[in-house]
Amino acid sequence: MTVPRASASSGRRWRVPVGETFWAFMFLLPWIIGFVVFTAGPMLYSLYISFTDYNVIRPPDLVGLENYETLFNDRRIPRALGNTAFYAALNVPLTMIFSLVLAMILLRVGRAAGFFRTAFYLPTVTPAVAVGTLFLLILSGNGLLNQALSVIGIRGPIWLADPDYVKQGIVIMSLWTLGSTVIIYFAALRNVPTELYEAARIDGANSWQQFRNITVPFISGALFFTLIVNTIASLQIFAEVFTMFFGLTQSGPAQSSALFYVIYLFQRAFEDLDLGYASAMAWLLFVIILIITAIQIRFSRRFVYYEGGR
Amino acid sequence: MTVQPGTTGAPLAPAASVRTSGISVVRSEPGGWRGRISSVLYMLALAIATFIFIFPLVWLVSASLKTRSTVYNNELFAFPLQLENYVRVFEIAPVASWLFNSVIVALLAAGTVTLSSALVAFAFAYFRFPFRGPLFGLVLASMMLPGAVTMIPNFLIWNALGQVNTLTPLWAGNLFASAFYIFLLRQFFLGLPRELFEAARVDGASYLRMWWSIAMPLTRAALIVVFVFELKASWTDILKPLIFLRDTALFTLPLGLKTLVDRFNPTAGGQGEFQYVMAASVIITVPMIAVFFLAQRYFVEGIATTGSKG
Repeated sequence: MTVPRASASSGRRWRVPVGETFWAFMFLLPWIIGFVVFTAGPMLYSLYISFTDYNVIRPPDLVGLENYETLFNDRRIPRALGNTAFYAALNVPLTMIFSLVLAMILLRVGRAAGFFRTAFYLPTVTPAVAVGTLFLLILSGNGLLNQALSVIGIRGPIWLADPDYVKQGIVIMSLWTLGSTVIIYFAALRNVPTELYEAARIDGANSWQQFRNITVPFISGALFFTLIVNTIASLQIFAEVFTMFFGLTQSGPAQSSALFYVIYLFQRAFEDLDLGYASAMAWLLFVIILIITAIQIRFSRRFVYYEGGR
Repeated sequence: MTVQPGTTGAPLAPAASVRTSGISVVRSEPGGWRGRISSVLYMLALAIATFIFIFPLVWLVSASLKTRSTVYNNELFAFPLQLENYVRVFEIAPVASWLFNSVIVALLAAGTVTLSSALVAFAFAYFRFPFRGPLFGLVLASMMLPGAVTMIPNFLIWNALGQVNTLTPLWAGNLFASAFYIFLLRQFFLGLPRELFEAARVDGASYLRMWWSIAMPLTRAALIVVFVFELKASWTDILKPLIFLRDTALFTLPLGLKTLVDRFNPTAGGQGEFQYVMAASVIITVPMIAVFFLAQRYFVEGIATTGSKG
């Protein structure tokens, strides 16, 4: 995060007027209430509930570690985690690669970039539920995607029903909405000073070397930001998939291969009203996300230091 | 809070002033037929990408104008166009109520979160008070919290307040500011010269007045960014409506659209009148596209800032 410049440098010079602290906390009040009532309080309460048997109607009943034991014996947990990990592992790198390629091309077309950027971003303002319904059409057996594939001689799978292809179809759907990542990369790329490329060219560096040693280090901040944000979002994928496969009428074969973690969590919490177990599931997810994010930050530090040390 | 992509990139990118607008001229091969060919290739690649991103939206509209029997075929336009689908969809479901609920909730959600977050952000940017650093650290840390963890306790809170099956839980949490927007707006408030406020103080302006009459007008662009982001988030959200709403008449558009999918999606045992689902999908998508075109600059600016300062 950026160091608070104004306060750090000029903070000492200004005398603290009487009542400033009081007013500061008055201004902070909405957040303080929100943090206590809607963030910290709920977190502690959900930790407590995760050790109980609770269905809203009867008061919570302490059961010790039972919910956590069930977590490790519930065969749907590894399935949901596996599906989610598979999706994230495919979606995050593909999103980043495609976005970077598009942003780098955008950089080379001058003023036309604005128009294309708009076109790439437009799908991301489409509400997730509408994206889901649209892809129920596009991914259907003889839908648009398979039609397009048949033009180049590929017989597409049954994306919406074949357990081996359901998740790939979902990744394709997600890639359609990668526009905001393109915008982030494009903004970062525009800040790379062009003189560096000229100097590198004079020194005889080829395109790959320029990319590797100038572009990547300069946009590493944006790369890691999108890595972390996209990973966290992918691990919590819900709306599109829920629209397509779940709800009152559930499509059968896709159930197992499209069962993502937050969807299963939602089912346990609000369809089965098993709030204790669902809270334990939420905490497991929280811990997983924390660990993954910590690893990514670790990795990013070393990576950036390595680049900077050259 | 340790996600610091902004700072990791910082030592390498000292000169934010090296904004290169005339990039295309420098980047492409210096003149000649090779340069011209490569820029044609770039344009071609972007044109293909644009087609891939835009065509599904065209398809969405096209499918909404088909009949029950043509909705799954691959004609772009099946004549005669079934404009009456848009009339029928209002008859078969309370789409008008859903639309109304969505508009109310989105405006309330966006309005309240903008005001409350601006108030809190101003406190963090302007005031000096004890524990400011640690408190701001808490703001940043709470950005990392996955929604899945607080989802269940939030349900229990609103349930205890007797607000389940009302629209209140869909927006009222926004009265208490949101960490991400606090962070974003604080950046902008920090950019305002402090002398401005000291002058106002000398003239006897209250803190509230300084916030409302000086800081707010000067950060109008950033406030619009927050407003349109939250407008989109609220308009798109299906999770909260799923958790809190029971009566069909209270549904917002995403949840209403989901009930239409359940009713009409043939692959999940529905009645196979999928053209109505597509018409409803267009109805939910068009307002967002309109908002995007009205506020495009703010969307792009907001995302680019998030990515580089994130």
